[in-house]
Amino acid sequence: MADTWSIGEHTFTSRLLVGTGKYPDFPTMQQALAASGAELVTVAVRRLDLTKTGAESLLQWIPKGMQLLPNTAACFTAEEAIRTARLGRELEMGELVKLEVIGDRRTLFPDVEGLVEAARVLVKEGFTVLPYTNDDPVTARKLEDAGCAAVMPLGAPIGSGLGIRNPYNIRIIMEAAKVPVLVDAGVGTASDAAVAMELGAAAVLMNTAIAEAKDPVLMAEAMRYAVEAGRKAYLAGRIPMRLHAAASSPMSGVVGSP
Amino acid sequence: MQVRLNGEVREIPDGITVAGLLAHLKVKAQRVAVEVNEVVVTRDRYEAQQLGPGDSVEIVAFVGGG
Repeated sequence: MADTWSIGEHTFTSRLLVGTGKYPDFPTMQQALAASGAELVTVAVRRLDLTKTGAESLLQWIPKGMQLLPNTAACFTAEEAIRTARLGRELEMGELVKLEVIGDRRTLFPDVEGLVEAARVLVKEGFTVLPYTNDDPVTARKLEDAGCAAVMPLGAPIGSGLGIRNPYNIRIIMEAAKVPVLVDAGVGTASDAAVAMELGAAAVLMNTAIAEAKDPVLMAEAMRYAVEAGRKAYLAGRIPMRLHAAASSPMSGVVGSP
Repeated sequence: MQVRLNGEVREIPDGITVAGLLAHLKVKAQRVAVEVNEVVVTRDRYEAQQLGPGDSVEIVAFVGGG
């Protein structure tokens, strides 16, 4: 049976979600998105530059068949996030939203009060809400209780590349959650993505690690394999850690032994 | 009449509709979403919805983001 996962009414095979920000140019982004194998890609909602209405649209460069996931990035209040989500729905004609309510400019850590408040409103309006949240099990539970279709704890601050800083909290969140848990933000390189998947994450969402790599297309491919490898390792079940050696070759019958 | 358009005060023709404004600005309607006074205007209402003096209009589109 195929190893698929679902959010709301959407079912996916790829467990890698990618962003569309910070690429050096659209052609590189297009190739990286294709190389990632992702089925869900995040996009931001911003004021149109009315002085350049003929400019190229981002959408022309997103490979066909990819599902868009509008975000509410840079919203600092529940109200701003709700307005942005509604505009995103009007643009996309879909009900998926990556909900962000930011509480601090320097760390971009979520304002969890505003986040839960916005989640409640958007769920009532029929949105399928994927909230970007702290690695806090209590907040994750509140978001799930609010009707969110997934919870997305951060591995580390957005764009920091620090990896999964608190794998134990992520594990605690997963232990309790009945909705998919996605690790969102903090991945720096392929091993970080594999670690997230080995912990049991349903999927990993990243942007900067691919877009700002020296070779974004090659990194996108690396991330694709890392996510697949981490997922398979999780399913396969790792061996327990031991302090001492456990020989792989027989210890008896060695030539010259007495 | 004056409206606030994407945060800037702009002079636009009196009584123009949302559809008229998009045409006036040479904006492709299928690529944007529009909010008037903090309420989304759905596409099916672009022709009907008239703007008034002092309205606050936001025209947004998708850009790259994570």
